Amino acid sequence: MITEIGHFALILALSVTVAQAVVPMVGAARGNPLWTAFAGPAALGQLLLIAVSFAALTHAYVVSDFSVLNVAANSHTDKPMLYKVSGVWGNHEGSMLLWVLILALFGGAVALFGRNLPPGLKARALSVQAMVAVGFLLFILFTSNPFERIPAEMVPINGRGLNPLLQDPGLAFHPPFLYLGYVGFSMAFSFAIAALIEGRVDAAWARWVRPWTLAAWIFLTIGIALGSWWAYYELGWGGWWYWDPVENASFMPWLAGTALLHSALVVEKRDSLKAWTVFLAIVTFGLSLLGTFLVRSGVLSSVHAFATDPARGVFILGLLLLTVAGSLALFAWRGPTMKSGGLFQPISREGSLLFNNLLMAVAAAAVLLGTLFPLIAQAFEYKASVGPPFFNMVFVPLMVPMVVAMGIGPLMSWKRADLGPALRRLWFVAAVTLGALAVTGALVGETRLMSMVGIGLAVWLAGGTLVEFAGRSRLDPHRMARMPRGAWGMTLAHLGLAIAIAGMTGAGLWKQEKVLTMQPGETARIGGFDLTLDAVRDEPGPNYAATRGIFTARRGDDVVAVLSPEKRVYTVEGRPTSEAAIHSMISGDLYAVIGDPQGDGYVVRLFWNPLVPWMWTGCLVMVVGGALSLTDRRFRIGAPKRSRLRGAARPAE
Amino acid sequence: MQRWIYLVPLIVVLVLGGLFWSQLGKDPHRIDSVLINQAVPPFDLPPIEGRQRGFSSADLLGQVSLVNVFGSWCIACRAEHGFLVRIKANREVPIFGIDWREKDRTAGPAWLARHGDPYTLVGDDPDSKAAIAFGVTGAPESFIVDRQGIIRYKHIGPLTPEVWTETIKPLIEKLKQS
Repeated sequence: MITEIGHFALILALSVTVAQAVVPMVGAARGNPLWTAFAGPAALGQLLLIAVSFAALTHAYVVSDFSVLNVAANSHTDKPMLYKVSGVWGNHEGSMLLWVLILALFGGAVALFGRNLPPGLKARALSVQAMVAVGFLLFILFTSNPFERIPAEMVPINGRGLNPLLQDPGLAFHPPFLYLGYVGFSMAFSFAIAALIEGRVDAAWARWVRPWTLAAWIFLTIGIALGSWWAYYELGWGGWWYWDPVENASFMPWLAGTALLHSALVVEKRDSLKAWTVFLAIVTFGLSLLGTFLVRSGVLSSVHAFATDPARGVFILGLLLLTVAGSLALFAWRGPTMKSGGLFQPISREGSLLFNNLLMAVAAAAVLLGTLFPLIAQAFEYKASVGPPFFNMVFVPLMVPMVVAMGIGPLMSWKRADLGPALRRLWFVAAVTLGALAVTGALVGETRLMSMVGIGLAVWLAGGTLVEFAGRSRLDPHRMARMPRGAWGMTLAHLGLAIAIAGMTGAGLWKQEKVLTMQPGETARIGGFDLTLDAVRDEPGPNYAATRGIFTARRGDDVVAVLSPEKRVYTVEGRPTSEAAIHSMISGDLYAVIGDPQGDGYVVRLFWNPLVPWMWTGCLVMVVGGALSLTDRRFRIGAPKRSRLRGAARPAE
Repeated sequence: MQRWIYLVPLIVVLVLGGLFWSQLGKDPHRIDSVLINQAVPPFDLPPIEGRQRGFSSADLLGQVSLVNVFGSWCIACRAEHGFLVRIKANREVPIFGIDWREKDRTAGPAWLARHGDPYTLVGDDPDSKAAIAFGVTGAPESFIVDRQGIIRYKHIGPLTPEVWTETIKPLIEKLKQS
């Protein structure tokens, strides 16, 4: 019964959403205030109905209602409650429902908190948002209905379980964050389309768009970091990024979204780069849709695309093409009319932001090309695969000038700057960078070019960011307290990237790996640590059987850690997974994996992954920076009356 | 700015979309080797350390053979290796090895010394010369080559007793008769 309510609510949501797509758009065009105002309540109604639908599916999972096909195929009574709930979006149908729920959440948030938006812009943006939702609702109802029942006589006694690789807290929360990011960019997209229809992009527009973009960016950053972290500790290969199509699918919108954040800043502060910003907004959401498409359609093979079905692919591709090609056609038509106000010299804050924007866009394009290349080659009857060497070769050289410029850019003034004073403030940083390189070369014994580049960039960026912060705050606590949170946000986000770059350099280049057969009692040496395999035991888990190895890690005579990696076989699926044991230190991670028995011993893989925790810390610092910036008072939407007046009276600013 | 620049993204997307559309429904996992029923491309690999002879395409003429691509770095190859040793012991078919992408010249020989050596001839292929000729996509991979040096079958991944008895062995028997 509850399942049928969920299904029905979803159909109702579709009809409300169709109305939301049509009525406010027509109202805004004809100047009918009643029709225009329909957007808000419709968005809330849509949110309520989809939330009911999602709750109904969640209920079916929680009570293990195996008469629902989706539950029977993906859940099991023995599964811990957390994974029963995460099972709702651990499969194709449920994840699409989560997608539209998040879309509706963002729409509802605009309806609730966007009170100071000009009614026309709000109506058009919500209408565009609804058009996207209609596409996805049709997709769910026609090709991926999560509420499909199994005929009564065929209802199984128990479910088929969830992919054991996905039974993991890191992955349970990875898709929701990723989707919050992907779908969050739909706000920037809807506002961009609304602006194209209205033919106006101004500082006020950018001020409304930036917080949504920033929120989406924060979620996407968390989502990517969680996914990478999951791959790192769960797949048991000791790696954290594989340039796999699914990873690229989330990384491309991140790159474009990061560029969008910065170009929207230029629109807000300097009334410039308007067409470019609108273009980026379309591209970012287009790449988010492409991400959904790549994972769901099976056009590209990948380690972890777990739903592949061409019929769905046709639908999503149609949707993607309609959305992206339609909006780019609108862009080609209306874009040239966007007049930029603020002119600027190439050497200026705007200039450096544009420079980095272009590099980031080229990087996104390169990743796109690399990801789609096998497909393009296949269309010409030619088999090819593009591996990490391509991506590293193309991506790294693009990031080097970008990070160098990131160190200098914030020190330059708007409109027109002299490189001289900025560079004079950075001589000290340059000296520290050289010093750090000397230390790396001499003490750590690392002299490879890429190590030098990585460490050099990290120190340079951190130094440049701190010099800017010191100059702005003059290291005076009172000034610091009065600094806008946006400024704090930038400092932290850039510092976070510096930390992450150091981490990636260490993890990528200084890693040590050993694959060997060890018998209990034997000791292996890696990364300056001695790892002794003390024992191997068989241990039962709640829904799996495990073989557990127990290693003692020593540095000299001191015991550093006890590592117990497991190899699990999930009893329902019969699928083995390996649970790596990781001991994290500031200097890096000790990482152990136990494999199959071999003779009297076991195959084990041992890794020393230097500076890996720095990557996660860096991402966290970036996220905190973004969140701080989000709380900047300029963005506190709808709160003060003053801003409502300003928003209504002089939106052109 | 020129108006036509605004049209470029639209055109790019339409072209890409067309490509996508044409590729939907094709299984990306299926890799048809273009080399099936083609002669083995000529190659000549040097021996691995400790062996006198290398392995060249001429060695495949005159008998039905199994060509196996392996590497000491490849974990799946170790899983398969015991089975190859058994095939060798049963004298079912001569096995030729391509020791692929070893970082260290001693790694392959040491690995064979430890796990047994089923290969009639082994060629050292650190920079993928023969692997590219065979269109290898990963290790392990195995090929059945007939008396005339024509590739008749390609198996991706470790050989298993099932694949062997159901597919490969009957094929070898058939090729031996013809």
